[in-house]
Amino acid sequence: MLELVLIALVKSVVVLVALLLMVAYLTLMERVVIARIQVRVGPNRVGPFGLLQPIADGIKLLLKEDVIPAQADKYLYVLAPALSFGAAFATFAVIPFGDTVVLWGRRISLGIADVNVGLLYVFAISSLGVYGIVFGAWASNSKYPLLGGLRSAAQMVSYELCLVFSVVGVLMLSDSTSLADVVAGQAKVWYAVLQPVGFLVFLMASFAEVNRLPFDLPEAENELVGGFHTEYSSMKFAMFFLGEYGSMITTSAMITTLYLGGWRGPFFPPVVWFLIKVVAFLFFFIWVRGTLPRFRYDQLMKFGWKVLLPVSIANILVTGLVLAWTS
Amino acid sequence: MNWSELLSAPLAFKMLAAAAVVFAIGAVALKNVFHCALSLAAMFFALSGVFVLLDADFLAVVQILVYVGAIVVLMIFAIVLTERITSASVRQTNYLVIPGVLLCIALLAGLVSVIRASSWPSLESGPQQDTIKIIGRQLLSTHVEAFEVASVLLLAALVGAVFLGKEITRK
Amino acid sequence: MFLDYLYAAGFAIAGFIFLLLALWVGALVQPKDPSGRKLTTYECGEIPVGQPWSQFNIRFYVFALSFVIFDIETIFLVPWAVVFKDVGVVGYVEMAVFVSVLLLGLAYAWRKGALKWAL
Repeated sequence: MLELVLIALVKSVVVLVALLLMVAYLTLMERVVIARIQVRVGPNRVGPFGLLQPIADGIKLLLKEDVIPAQADKYLYVLAPALSFGAAFATFAVIPFGDTVVLWGRRISLGIADVNVGLLYVFAISSLGVYGIVFGAWASNSKYPLLGGLRSAAQMVSYELCLVFSVVGVLMLSDSTSLADVVAGQAKVWYAVLQPVGFLVFLMASFAEVNRLPFDLPEAENELVGGFHTEYSSMKFAMFFLGEYGSMITTSAMITTLYLGGWRGPFFPPVVWFLIKVVAFLFFFIWVRGTLPRFRYDQLMKFGWKVLLPVSIANILVTGLVLAWTS
Repeated sequence: MNWSELLSAPLAFKMLAAAAVVFAIGAVALKNVFHCALSLAAMFFALSGVFVLLDADFLAVVQILVYVGAIVVLMIFAIVLTERITSASVRQTNYLVIPGVLLCIALLAGLVSVIRASSWPSLESGPQQDTIKIIGRQLLSTHVEAFEVASVLLLAALVGAVFLGKEITRK
Repeated sequence: MFLDYLYAAGFAIAGFIFLLLALWVGALVQPKDPSGRKLTTYECGEIPVGQPWSQFNIRFYVFALSFVIFDIETIFLVPWAVVFKDVGVVGYVEMAVFVSVLLLGLAYAWRKGALKWAL
């Protein structure tokens, strides 16, 4: 009993710290990659190759005054960044990042929890991210956040539909909503190969789900200042950013798990493969940001509802036909 | 279930149930409409925890996905879209508050008496492992009519939504 | 299985402890001077004019309503998908009927211009 608690505790803390470190260095990676794409040098002053830059940023944010606007709704104002952060990180609990390993004679599965309905758990918890944004917008009691928050909420719920619909194809192949089973089902061939359309829809919809370019309308800085986090400062602002980059990491981990065989791969240990795939997707996220311009809001909604949604439903029907035909 | 689950389950159940009741009261009694919506979402969350303890994991996730992730979000949209009513705190009760409370107590008494009177089948085989597959099979065999009718119901709702949007934009 | 939910909840609690810790440490070292203009909301450096709330496009609500309907559809699709290989063609036809009824709704919404984002 005590042993179980201890293992769970250690796993939780290690994963949490690893995620936080990944978020920190993701910001550095983003700045460097974007700089290279734009033929700039990027941060290189703090520490060797600018490696201490994220730490310096963190300390700076920590030392700033935490201003709460006078007309803000105090409780919701504090709750919003916490929800945003929590939704992004709690999702990671059900994603398996490696095979079972034997440490000091104990079998330890790499993954916080293996839940039967893992896939739905991910969608359920990440749908709470909308709350963080809407609450932040509403609690600030200010013009730009309100505009950005509402836009963001409509965008996120629309594209969440596309995500779920495109994943149904994977479920038909895996016969299970447990993510461990989904990974096990890809022992021979990746679902990205069997479900190319679903994979593409999922990939595109996840850009909108994490509010990244080309779908970063919620915080389109040249029209909305900062969107929902305009009024936030100091650590609460940092929480929103931890949440946003954290959800980038969990989304990459989800794509890896659902379509690219999860932690499976030759030669290297499973955890390394998992990290390689996740970082590759994070690089892709940044690459796209450096390449594509922003969509207009009507184009965004049109794309979601008139292209991605019908395509993902058609994907389900076609997958069903093929599966029924071959079996 | 091993002993640790048996030990922790009833206590967690009581706490979650109590939280659900408190948040439910908050949803109807708070002065700020936005806080009411939040309280309602928290209530659904606590309820989903209760479902987890009852080994109904699919139901628990659906509870969050549909009620917290969709229906309360819809309410929040409605609140944000209507003119600013949160700055002025709204009284949630009117002269019907006493009859309302009486009616609720009567309903509660009726429910409790029915629950106590009926005999509940006890499951001997222990918790089911894969509830989602059992639900899937039943949906497509035993309850297939209800399942197809549900699609018509959803269609009606969708047509209603479209019509609503059209009416308002025309004005 | 119940234990796994406990682990997931424990992970979420660990996250919140980190959050509280960060806010607490921040409160210890940050300057605190809530005064003057910095307490007003942001409006490009000017004093805010009028109400923060403005008239929003009603389409937001129509999209949210459509989202709820399709979200419920996905809840029906998921249990079907995981048993698909067992139920075979009969299950496929049953779901095809279900989905096509809703596609009809989507086509109606499309035709009536409800999916168009315009004022």
